[in-house]
Amino acid sequence: MPGPSVERSVADGADGGAGPRRGADAPRRGPAPPGGSAGRDTTDRSALDVGTTAKLSLRSVQKAFGDNAVLRGIHMDVAVGEMICLIGASGSGKSTLLRCINQLESIDEGAVLLDGQDISEPGLDLGPVRRRIGIVFQSYNLFPHMSALENVLLAPRRVLRRDSTAEAEALFDRFGLAEHMRKYPDQLSGGQQQRVAVIRALAMQPEIMLFDEITAALDPELVGEVLNVLRQLRAEGMTMILATHEMGFARELADSVCFMDGGVIVEQGPPERIFTAPKVARTQAFLRSVLR
Amino acid sequence: MNRRQAHEAAERRRALTIAAVSTGLVVAAIVLLVPLAPGWPAVRASFFDGAVFVQTFPTLLKAFLIDVMIFAWSVPLICALGLAVALARGARAPALFPLRIFGAVYVDIFRGVPVVLTIYLIGFGVPGLGLPRPWNSPYIWGTVALVLTYSAYIAEVLRSGIESIHASQRNAAICLGLNERDTMRYVILPQAVRRVVPANMNMLVALQKDVALLSFIGPVEILRQAGIYKSLLANFTPYVVAAVIFLAITVPATRYADHLLNKDRNARS
Repeated sequence: MPGPSVERSVADGADGGAGPRRGADAPRRGPAPPGGSAGRDTTDRSALDVGTTAKLSLRSVQKAFGDNAVLRGIHMDVAVGEMICLIGASGSGKSTLLRCINQLESIDEGAVLLDGQDISEPGLDLGPVRRRIGIVFQSYNLFPHMSALENVLLAPRRVLRRDSTAEAEALFDRFGLAEHMRKYPDQLSGGQQQRVAVIRALAMQPEIMLFDEITAALDPELVGEVLNVLRQLRAEGMTMILATHEMGFARELADSVCFMDGGVIVEQGPPERIFTAPKVARTQAFLRSVLR
Repeated sequence: MNRRQAHEAAERRRALTIAAVSTGLVVAAIVLLVPLAPGWPAVRASFFDGAVFVQTFPTLLKAFLIDVMIFAWSVPLICALGLAVALARGARAPALFPLRIFGAVYVDIFRGVPVVLTIYLIGFGVPGLGLPRPWNSPYIWGTVALVLTYSAYIAEVLRSGIESIHASQRNAAICLGLNERDTMRYVILPQAVRRVVPANMNMLVALQKDVALLSFIGPVEILRQAGIYKSLLANFTPYVVAAVIFLAITVPATRYADHLLNKDRNARS
């Protein structure tokens, strides 16, 4: 384990058990490991967590691009219906972590468990895995030669072999885009494109959604409409992991906030505690710089 | 009309005047100066003979239909083979490695040999194997030569188009659970093909002209017919007729392609 793990303060065992404000409407999280939290050795923790009922578990995930170690031992458990926000400076590994979860990047060491199944195993057929994990990117990445509706229908048609036009239209309706369904991406605003990208991912009925700084490329006045979509998903109990710079949003909705720096999770806990009483010096410094 | 509009109108008038004057000068120079050349009367007699033009035009136009026919059946074959070679060259699976090598060698050979040479070698060489009629037809083997040559070019253009599509498009498709084949077919190729339409249109115009090279191995199409007239009438005007007929087809074709492309672009933005 690299040095920084010493000051890790993984707190979700004790004080992150259930988001304090969401205890009622959020589904219960999987059983948290027993015992105290602060300063526990990472190896112990992974040993204890084996066999939990977490929807998604990361075990000592490591990833390097050449000599550049981007992820240096990530542990995380995500329960059904839980929303986790990853915060941290650019280059801290947030995006890479998300791309390692849906296996867009293969990991070097460790394991990614989905419902207890190791999906990071080399040679595994990733098609079935990826359709269970939706991802939305910062740059929308809609297919420019298809209308918004065709963008949404392509994957259900080709992968699930069924026509989901009615469901897709219902999704467009729900996210206020019914009148834009037949338009091409170039004819939509950034916020509209990003909402279509969310719908496109949802059309595959994923069990988990990953959001990679999906508001970072938007004009400030368009951020709100995209965040509202996330609020809606949150209310419906979607399991979500967000890499985000929207601190207010993370504080408002997340069950748990992870501060990442240098490829490790430096501090994790309920948003109230992370934002008001961060324990680690690096978290304090980061929050000071972004919240000002 | 506000001040800016008045200014812009004046600018436009000025630009128009300059363009008209300079065009007039160039045309006048050509019309006045060329006839002053010492050989002009002889050139006019042998290249621009009105009577010969009128006499040979109908037959040459009919002969041009042969060019159009060869072109028409070559194009779908070229598109299919070009696409196949482009995909073969991009194949990543280890089992397809021989295909990849074959694609690379194929493109190198047929882009490297002059079209005329390919037409001679295939058009005379293959029937020389003693094939029975109708399999020794120069139409068949001439077409094969054109298809092989132009597929190599089209394949390269397509491949550059495929490679120009940003990796994020592929990632988005893969993340939705699409397999490699569907990703290529529904996401990458449609975008790549659109992007290279202008380049491919240029290739097709070049092909329309190169069809005339088949005259070297037999078919009496427009170039050969013009050659026959030239010998018969001891006059080069039939070649000018052929040139005019070619232009009448190729210029509108390129303009139409540009138009289609603009229409497509406007429809999506």
